[in-house]
Amino acid sequence: MSLKSYVTPSFLIERNKERCIKCKVCVQQCANEVHRYDEEDDEIISEEHQCVNCQRCVTLCPTGALTIRKNPNELRQNSNWTAEAVRAIYIQAETGGILLTGMGNDRPYPVYWDNILLNASQVTNPSIDPLREPMELKTHLGRKPDSLSIKEGKLQKKLPPQLELELPIMFSAMSFGSISLNAIKSLAEAAKQEGTYFNTGEGGLHRDLYQYGENTIVQVASGRFGVHADYLQAGAAIEIKIGQGAKPGIGGHLPGEKVEREVSETRMIPEGTDAISPAPHHDIYSIEDLRQLIYSLKEATNYEKPVSVKIAAVHNVAAIASGIARAGADIIAIDGYRGGTGAAPLRIRDNVGIPIEFALAAVDTRLRQEAIRNQVSLVVGGSIRNSADIVKAIALGADAVYIASSALLALGCHMCQKCYTGKCNWGIATQDPQLAKRLNPELGAQRARNLLRAWKHEIQEMLGGMGINAIESLRGNRLMLRGIGLTEKELQILGIKNAGE
Amino acid sequence: MKRVYVREEYCAGCGLCQVHCITAHSEYKGDIIKAYKKSFPRPLARVIVEEKRPLSFSLQCRHCEEAECVKACITGAMQKDPATGIVINDTARCIGCWTCVLVCPYGAVRRDETLHKVAVKCDMCAEAGGVPLCVENCPNGALEYREER
Amino acid sequence: MEYCIIGNSAAAIGAVEGIRGVDKKGTMTIISDEPYQAYSRPLISYYLAGKVAEDKMYYRPNEFYKNMGVELLCGSGAGKLAVREKTVILRDGTKKRYDRLLIATGGKPFVPPIKGLEKENVHTFHKWDDVKSLAEELSAGCKAVIIGAGLIGVKAAEALLCLGVEVSIIELADRVLSSVLDEQAAAIAQQVMEEHGVKFVFGDTVTEVLGEGRVEGVSLKSGNKMECDMLIVAIGVVPNTDIVKGTGINVNRGIVVNERMETSVDGIYAAGDVAEGKNLLWAEQRVIPILPNAYKQGETAGVNMAGGNNSFTKGFAMNSLGFFDFKMTSAGMQGGEGYEEIYTLKAEEKFYRKLVIKDNRLMGFIALKNIDRTGILTGLIKDQVEITKFKEALLKIEPGFAEWPKELRKERMLS
Repeated sequence: MSLKSYVTPSFLIERNKERCIKCKVCVQQCANEVHRYDEEDDEIISEEHQCVNCQRCVTLCPTGALTIRKNPNELRQNSNWTAEAVRAIYIQAETGGILLTGMGNDRPYPVYWDNILLNASQVTNPSIDPLREPMELKTHLGRKPDSLSIKEGKLQKKLPPQLELELPIMFSAMSFGSISLNAIKSLAEAAKQEGTYFNTGEGGLHRDLYQYGENTIVQVASGRFGVHADYLQAGAAIEIKIGQGAKPGIGGHLPGEKVEREVSETRMIPEGTDAISPAPHHDIYSIEDLRQLIYSLKEATNYEKPVSVKIAAVHNVAAIASGIARAGADIIAIDGYRGGTGAAPLRIRDNVGIPIEFALAAVDTRLRQEAIRNQVSLVVGGSIRNSADIVKAIALGADAVYIASSALLALGCHMCQKCYTGKCNWGIATQDPQLAKRLNPELGAQRARNLLRAWKHEIQEMLGGMGINAIESLRGNRLMLRGIGLTEKELQILGIKNAGE
Repeated sequence: MKRVYVREEYCAGCGLCQVHCITAHSEYKGDIIKAYKKSFPRPLARVIVEEKRPLSFSLQCRHCEEAECVKACITGAMQKDPATGIVINDTARCIGCWTCVLVCPYGAVRRDETLHKVAVKCDMCAEAGGVPLCVENCPNGALEYREER
Repeated sequence: MEYCIIGNSAAAIGAVEGIRGVDKKGTMTIISDEPYQAYSRPLISYYLAGKVAEDKMYYRPNEFYKNMGVELLCGSGAGKLAVREKTVILRDGTKKRYDRLLIATGGKPFVPPIKGLEKENVHTFHKWDDVKSLAEELSAGCKAVIIGAGLIGVKAAEALLCLGVEVSIIELADRVLSSVLDEQAAAIAQQVMEEHGVKFVFGDTVTEVLGEGRVEGVSLKSGNKMECDMLIVAIGVVPNTDIVKGTGINVNRGIVVNERMETSVDGIYAAGDVAEGKNLLWAEQRVIPILPNAYKQGETAGVNMAGGNNSFTKGFAMNSLGFFDFKMTSAGMQGGEGYEEIYTLKAEEKFYRKLVIKDNRLMGFIALKNIDRTGILTGLIKDQVEITKFKEALLKIEPGFAEWPKELRKERMLS
């Protein structure tokens, strides 16, 4: 006996027959096989059950004949048992499995960036026009010495290794496996062109990407996939991944179907086998253990590359960050609870971790209090949606930000949250060659570059408005921020005044 | 001369090149809906799309230097414009003997028998000038209009 | 430089275009025994059927001769060739001196000695005038007998059927189109033709044309007799080499030429249906009487006559043949012993596709009903591409490049 599914379609596809020319572009493009052409009736039929609302058909339809909307079918109103809650039960009753999802937390939690306002100069200090005057966004990531000794204009002691960024934005870790090679190539090229970095995630570095080594942060994660001497040498920096904002405390699982030849070669695992990243690093049970790994990696790369440690923003993030700084990390990357993922258990994604705004403020404050803020650079990620988020993050104390979801959106992602199915119609979160080729990395790089350049211009405008001509002068400058609609406690944690104060 | 080159590694197989080709060769240029719904007969796409998943690519007349179709044409309808290099079939003279179909090594000449028999093929959108519309409208940059490399 | 071309069809036009590509100045004369600008010979059946108007018969625009600087002497035709004097003597006595001469006299219908052939309403089917006179004689409902089920006989039959004529074809061989179709293909083609009303007699031939003054019937070798109002002799075409008799120019079946289209006499070239040249598929020289071949040979000759250097050795037989809406294409060899043959036959659908292969290379094909993109096959024959890895895919209704090895596809598809 099979279980009849009680799950009704989430979406409704409306086809405007006056516009539809039956060109079958939608049929051809939907990897979920929602649209089909019925030869007998000369009609295109859409079967919505499989529709994920990725908008591929809508976007490519040459006559704009398609609209996808939320299925208006409604269960009996119930404020407690929402349709979503009920639907989840039906699915689990049918599958007996964990609910999976992709991309970042979509629950209506407050977005603190939207409760923070920026300052601007008026009369008493002049604002700066970035089109007419120099505006420095260059950022260096890495350990800064406690003091500098300069003799005859020369530094007496070599600086620890630094990453040099032309703008305080990097592409955060996304593995080859979770996203397509074309997606990575797009980001790698954009990073190269704009003078910043992309991050391999734990997917290893495909041979085609070694040419981007100078703009690569190579990750070492709990599965150690694709890690070898050349890999470590290839990157400009090494990042130890402890955790990820979308799924703190749990590992990763790349299903065997996605481990095709190229992925298997790059990750150095047999083709078709599941790539399971354990929840913890099995050699790290303490700050001391982490220190060992950090120094092993530094030793392996002749102390020439900064080492970053990436953690998810969790309750006692400040203390953990302090420990990481003391363990010898050059960079701490903190991923907030809205951070994206290629696949995570839904309940974890939606319920674990804390907002990046609080985590950043807490960590920056703590490291200052302990007088070790200079020892590490802080990079934050976890749903940086626009340039204002970046300016606010830097004023709260970040050195730079990591972006992933917004970078993928630039490549064409439509946030359908089905990355884990491997059927990404936009050629991003897939290894299916039929789908991956839909992302031309030349165009992808162009879009990603454009996003970086646009944000760069906007950051410069905002800085200029504040009368600041270098991003360095904004860093940790919380006086440039004011809260709105926040409680006393929230203002206190963020370390900012309320608007009007 | 500039020709259309496909990069099969980026062809999404969507068929939009054909949609725009049909529109460009209909009486309702620039209006896809009318081109499909009102023009009769609806023109054939001059661009051919082949698909063998995951592979797909489109192909159109190569406008050969030594064009077999021109030399083999029994009526003289198929001619290569000496100025532009574009091979164009004079549909008024073509009688649909399909000798061009027989000799084109790219299989790029189509038969159109909807009204009277006539061979149709890519004309590089010469009438409109500029970039051929298949190239212009390829959503993934899989078609390039360029000199030979 | 004075160029003279005898003949005014595809090879001659190819030569004019070939010469003018190299030599913009030299004077050119074309001597033709027909009173027309170059017209398309394959169109005569379409003209007869009323599918092509008079003004659409011409192979090149009106102003072609003027633009190309060609003097066209039409009507009288070349009568004699004085090789030593480098002079062509026209039938009207005019002399035309040349520095370079192209003989592009084409073919002439082969007419066997049959008793009574001199009777009225016996026609050949070769020139425009042939069909013009035919058109005057026929009326709907009249009966025609065609001798020969080759390309000419079949196209003549189609035209006559369009005009409401009852058509019978008498063919000595056991099948239709034996020069271009194998037995399986011929069976389908015959069925198509019969469905359109053609009656066939195979393995037989006309021994006598009956009638008093005018054709009234034919008697056959088998002893049978058939009534008819007209007779068309479409047995075949032979190279029209009359002009070179006694000149010392080497003639076998046709005028023997090398890969530059040069005959055995310096300064004299031959091209088209009159020429017997090197070819792609056969070791021995052959006459390949098809229009594309004529044009290319003419063009090659023209370039060489004007001092350029061109060669043409890649000719092979190919035909696109329609019978009403039924389409057939074929090229190269038909196969037989020593050849690998793969085919798809769906007799009830009248679909047939055969590939003839030798040494992993395509040597010929036949396509019936679905002919789209079969030019790809012709191209593979022409360039003798190794097809081992994708030969089965070439049997597809519409062959393409998708099954080819990537590198070969890129090389052949995008060059």
